Amino acid sequence: MIFDYDTLKLITWLLVGVLLISFALMDGFDMGVGALLPFLGKTDEERRVIINSIGATWEGNQVWFVTAAGAIFAAWPIVYAVSFSGFYIALLLTLFALFFRPVGFDYRSKLKDPRWRSTWDWGLFIGGFVPPLIFGIAFGNLLQGVPFHFDDELRSFYTGSFWGLLNPFALLAGIVSLTMLIMHGAVYLQIRTTDVIYDRCKKAVKLFGLIFIVSFAIAGVWIAYGIDGFKVISMPALDALSNPLAKTVEIAPGAWMSNYETYSWSMLFPALAFLGAIIAIFWSALNAPVLAFIASSMSIVGVIMTAGMAMFPFVMPSSTNPNHSLIVWDSASSYLTLTIIFWASVIFIPLIIFYTSWVYSVLRGKITVQHIRDTEHTSY
Amino acid sequence: MIDESVVDLSRLQFAITAMYHFLFVPLTLGLSFLMAIMESVYVMTNKQIYRDMTMFWGKLFAINFALGVTTGLTLEFQFGTNWAYYSHYVGDIFGAPLAIEGMMAFFLESTMIGLFFFGWDRLSKRKHLMVTWLIAFASNMSALWILIANGWMQNPVGAEFNYETMRMELTSFAQVIFNPVAQVKFVHTVAAGYVTASIFVLGISAYYMLKKRDLAFATRSFAVASGFGLASILSVIILGDESGYNAGEVQKVKLAAIEAEWHTEEAPAAFTAFGFPNQETQHTDYALKIPYVMGIIATRSISHEVTGIKDLIKINEGRIRQGMIAYGLFKQLRKELKQEGKVREETKAKFEKYKHELGYGLLLKKYTVNVVDATEEQIKKAALDTIPPVAPLFWAFRVMVASGFLMLLLFLLAFYFTAKRTIVNQRWLLWSALFAIPLPWIACEMGWIVAEVGRQPWTIGGILPTHLSVSTRTVGELYFSIGGFIAFYTLLLVVEMYLMFKYARLGPSSLHTGRYHFENGASK
Repeated sequence: MIFDYDTLKLITWLLVGVLLISFALMDGFDMGVGALLPFLGKTDEERRVIINSIGATWEGNQVWFVTAAGAIFAAWPIVYAVSFSGFYIALLLTLFALFFRPVGFDYRSKLKDPRWRSTWDWGLFIGGFVPPLIFGIAFGNLLQGVPFHFDDELRSFYTGSFWGLLNPFALLAGIVSLTMLIMHGAVYLQIRTTDVIYDRCKKAVKLFGLIFIVSFAIAGVWIAYGIDGFKVISMPALDALSNPLAKTVEIAPGAWMSNYETYSWSMLFPALAFLGAIIAIFWSALNAPVLAFIASSMSIVGVIMTAGMAMFPFVMPSSTNPNHSLIVWDSASSYLTLTIIFWASVIFIPLIIFYTSWVYSVLRGKITVQHIRDTEHTSY
Repeated sequence: MIDESVVDLSRLQFAITAMYHFLFVPLTLGLSFLMAIMESVYVMTNKQIYRDMTMFWGKLFAINFALGVTTGLTLEFQFGTNWAYYSHYVGDIFGAPLAIEGMMAFFLESTMIGLFFFGWDRLSKRKHLMVTWLIAFASNMSALWILIANGWMQNPVGAEFNYETMRMELTSFAQVIFNPVAQVKFVHTVAAGYVTASIFVLGISAYYMLKKRDLAFATRSFAVASGFGLASILSVIILGDESGYNAGEVQKVKLAAIEAEWHTEEAPAAFTAFGFPNQETQHTDYALKIPYVMGIIATRSISHEVTGIKDLIKINEGRIRQGMIAYGLFKQLRKELKQEGKVREETKAKFEKYKHELGYGLLLKKYTVNVVDATEEQIKKAALDTIPPVAPLFWAFRVMVASGFLMLLLFLLAFYFTAKRTIVNQRWLLWSALFAIPLPWIACEMGWIVAEVGRQPWTIGGILPTHLSVSTRTVGELYFSIGGFIAFYTLLLVVEMYLMFKYARLGPSSLHTGRYHFENGASK
């Protein structure tokens, strides 16, 4: 193998980042479109236009999410264990919300009854609205530390409650995540539609883009001045076997800013988040939705990297026993498993990008009301 | 101590969600292949009817696939939400096949599925055919990786316990992939999926023939399903799952429980065709035995013997005692590591000798947290625990096998009369085919029970007991989640069945091509 264990641990962190970013970029616009569906589509035909703009491709996009979860399971088993069991109720709500999508897309057009169709429209809305909100709230809680600790055999105990997750900063993070993906979804929908829906998309990009920019700015100030970060005081060698009980960690004001102070280039990420959103709003207004989509994608990359950079090397800090926090260096799988995940990613992720691009190019083009009328029985 | 009701509820939830998921998986596995076969005939012969067949069965495929995806998400979450200690303890091995399944198979399947439905007019015939085959290939690859993960739970090869990281770690990925249990399971499971889809197509096509409509469509679908189904059911039966049961220690226990073989019998053992196994008295009441058969089923030979349950309990009791020593040494190692920063060589050497029985020591955690202070009575109890519940296994296995042979008979007859071209007149057979539709689902679910109940008391055979694997959650949270799953799943199943019946009754007329029964009268 060409890498040391510590390098491989760092690559794993990047890989999880790539998967989460890909999920936000790809499934993110599907969710944004879902959240906008009942508002941008006034008639059944308009709603079918919106649904069919993502209907043929959303399923593949969702797999970024499944794969990200699978990769975290494989590469950071203890992070998967602690986060999924700790955020129990929140994750189940996400899951229940996601249930609406596969059936919503496929079953909606199978019956003509308006109540049936409107029920699934709201189902798709929930499937697009709830998950980004909860993911944002989860990130908001990670940044504040999560109440968990281990016993000597590494059984984890989560001592918080579901309502405790819904604190002000976390809710703000939820708004950041939700408005970011709605903006992204609106830009995508603008690419695929015409006429009234196209115009409504432009308004949505403006509205949610602005809310996103403002809430992201407030969250940034809040992190810098209002929230205590975590700092590793001492720990075993970077390439030591993973043992989350062997280090000492301190909670310190402003600690989440220390990476930005040490590596000033990393300020590019928050800058990218702001600039991307601003440019997306402009290009959307100037009828260049493809360019706007690229810009909003950049913005998403910026946001996720901003959070990742602030926390690095922390993955899941513990508020009740900081020494038990999970960090990049002590949560990873064995060397052999990381190697396997590395090679699997190197082989398959380019392949996925290749055939996904092919599918999008085959299915490209505007969806119009006329198109829906022509394909009445085969469209969603 | 871990709350036993949390353990029971977590198991109940996993069983509900996994068995529910498995209502949809077999049909996806098999129908994708049948669609690919039908479309291949279309591309080769250029006959429109085969395109219609692909599209119509594809419609039913989609209704089923949507719920397969919905319920599959739960499983990707659930190891973490409800089995956190399991996830930590074996994630190093178990996580990798799941991650690779996502990257290699599920991605391909999910990406191509949209193109299958919406690409008919945008792709050349051959390219569309390629898409269909890719879906069939990818769904089967999914099954492969999932069953590699599951096979490892049954027979955990290629991994070793590490006392420093406090978990199992991978030592050989090749061993995990080529695990004989996983390979046998894969073949058995996908072939069961092909059977499920074949019965599905067979039964619904029989319905059209009974109603005397869309006959050209129905007889062709029937023919494809009877041929494919016959080949598949033969492989399910011949390559039955039991051939993997000799590969692992824990698998042997499962085998003895399936057969309710309380005493070790001389080879070749008799097969108990019928009876009422009683776990308390360790005796099967009213047993009806057929000589030789079981030895052959279980060992594929007439000279190997199958170890009986009573002997297995005795063997396992010895292992539990060794496991106690292993646990004591393991605690010693952790202590030395903490206090001195490293372990003593002699403790390590001793631990190496006993560590393969550590899992059996962990079985005692149900009765005493410290393990090493277990009483004689507790050891005896834990030894009894190593035997899964016999009666459910005994019955589930027999129902599965009986369903299998009924389906074999059905496929033989269907194939025979299809070849004779008189199938449309065999109304009794067509009715049987229609009412046989639930059979493969019964067989699949029973198979799941045999495999997973038979694995108890372990999540990872011989390594990690089930009751240690759970997350530390509360009973209230589990009621919330189980309630949610039951409510959602019941609702979704009702909707799915409604649509499935509606479209199956409508038949190819639902394609709106103008060529089929309900369209001629301009009724729709």
